[in-house]
Amino acid sequence: MMDQFAGLYNYWIFIVLMMIGFYIVMAQHNLIKKVVGLNIFQVSVFIFYISMSKVEDGSAPIIAEGITVYSNPLPHVLILTAIVVGVATTALALALVVRIRDSYGSIEEDEIEAEERRREKHF
Amino acid sequence: MLMLNLPALQVVLPLIAAPICLLLRRSDWAWLWATIVTWCCLGIAICLLSKVLSTGAISYPIGDWAAPIGIEYKIDLLSAFLLVIVSSIGAVVLPYAHASVSSEIPEARIYLFYTMYLLCLCGLLGIAVTGDAFNLFVFLEISSLSSYVLISMGRYRRSLTAAYRYLIMGTVGATFYIIGVGMMYMMTGTLNMSDLANRIPAVEDTRTIQVAIAFIVVGLSLKLAIFPLHMWLPNAYTFAPSVVTVFLAATATKVAVYALLRMIFTVFGGDPLFVIGEILMILSVAAMFVGSLVAIYQTNIKRMLAYSSIAQIGYMVLGISFITTTGLAGGIIHLFNHALVKGALFMAVGGMFFRIASVRLDDMAGIGKRIPITTGCFVVAGLGLIGVPLTAGFISKWYLVSAALEKDMWLIAVLILVSSLLAVIYIWRVVEVAYFRAPPKRAAVMSEPPLSMLIPLFILTGASIYFGIDASRTIDIAMAAANFLMTGVAQ
Repeated sequence: MMDQFAGLYNYWIFIVLMMIGFYIVMAQHNLIKKVVGLNIFQVSVFIFYISMSKVEDGSAPIIAEGITVYSNPLPHVLILTAIVVGVATTALALALVVRIRDSYGSIEEDEIEAEERRREKHF
Repeated sequence: MLMLNLPALQVVLPLIAAPICLLLRRSDWAWLWATIVTWCCLGIAICLLSKVLSTGAISYPIGDWAAPIGIEYKIDLLSAFLLVIVSSIGAVVLPYAHASVSSEIPEARIYLFYTMYLLCLCGLLGIAVTGDAFNLFVFLEISSLSSYVLISMGRYRRSLTAAYRYLIMGTVGATFYIIGVGMMYMMTGTLNMSDLANRIPAVEDTRTIQVAIAFIVVGLSLKLAIFPLHMWLPNAYTFAPSVVTVFLAATATKVAVYALLRMIFTVFGGDPLFVIGEILMILSVAAMFVGSLVAIYQTNIKRMLAYSSIAQIGYMVLGISFITTTGLAGGIIHLFNHALVKGALFMAVGGMFFRIASVRLDDMAGIGKRIPITTGCFVVAGLGLIGVPLTAGFISKWYLVSAALEKDMWLIAVLILVSSLLAVIYIWRVVEVAYFRAPPKRAAVMSEPPLSMLIPLFILTGASIYFGIDASRTIDIAMAAANFLMTGVAQ
């Protein structure tokens, strides 16, 4: 029982963060907050990958004398790529939000939708 | 030397060409450069397909690092076929793009458009080429990020909200996919697809792998716009520039179908497949009806075709969900045929938009008399969408129906036919407005769109007829690819 909680501590954090992020993405109507939620959601995945790369008693994966057990470096590298993708996504999302604010004057989803319905009925 | 490195060149060429496009800045040069590059990509794809047909699958280790450790590019018949589909659409669209883009996108941003176009092409080709599960995620994100930008370049402000919504949904889908890949890596210690296929059966019954399958299938389904995960698609297609709609409708969802095929057949195979198949079958039948029914009530042609795409994706997924050779072949042929047909339809709509600056059905009154050639192509391609004999759509629906009958699923076969009739209704609505309604009185005399837009339209419309009459080539390839995929299931 203890193992389920203490031993898998990182994974619990991963799941909690993932659900928080996912909930924000779905429930928030503010475009910036949605992006923040998306970020939390992605960061949880980083934690997941980094947790699984840990080898018991393993050292950081840098070759040094007297060390025989290393953690698995591959997930670290994968997550480096995923971080870059996450940064690009966030930058693009924020850029879009800036443009949306310029043309609608709001970043609240319901206000934008009301505006869309009012002005562009023919779509 | 050059021939040996074709798999890498297929992806690297557009990837390197994109920043060069950025440096060119002049819109005409950027267009010319993008055109040259995409036609080279088509040449490479055709070389690869003929090579695969004659000598079998190609495996290409990137940087000479051997397969399970390094990233492997693996090109079998299915991926070579997809490469040809994507790159030929990419190449045919560009001559069309010149006139259409300069009328819809501000001059100062045109070079950025072509940069993004090349990046998107790179991502889509990469998904088809790669044999590495994580590499697939990277290419998925390259193509997705660039398609968000392409959509946001539309001239409506709603293009921005459509792109934003697609970005949120797309990122959630891609993140689901990497969670799944991470879980598979945890259990098997590998990311190479064929290596994964060997190692997964041993751990198949664990909760981790089951959850991984769920994450990957749901994540890719978001990208695929399977009903009910399709909410991003209608707005994205409606408000994107015409060229982007043509390109994305004909390629992006098809590539996602391919990724799903690759993951569930090549990587998972075995028992989980049948569970996935049952779920997908229900969803795809729902998609066929919901998509077509909603399409009937649209007043915007682009949105109507977008909903029709959701229905057509339903047919492709239905073919996959039978998990038989005939069904898979039907799905793969439909993937190809629908790329041609929908590409032609959206091109025709883009041509109308070029002249009348509207895509509302009401503004199309009498357009069949004003620009008869473009509207004629729309109708011919529309027949292909319905699945009239002697068009490409007929071949794929024939295979889907016979796959249903093979499994004694009479109800499904009837549903395929009934939902095809729904397509008759929404195509007919356009025909009625275009031919039987008088053009507005004040309407000026109008000429056809320029030849640079008409010729690509002819090519795609002609192809949709040609592959309906002489389908032996595509059927052979689809059957061989389906047989190959089914070997993963038999184990």
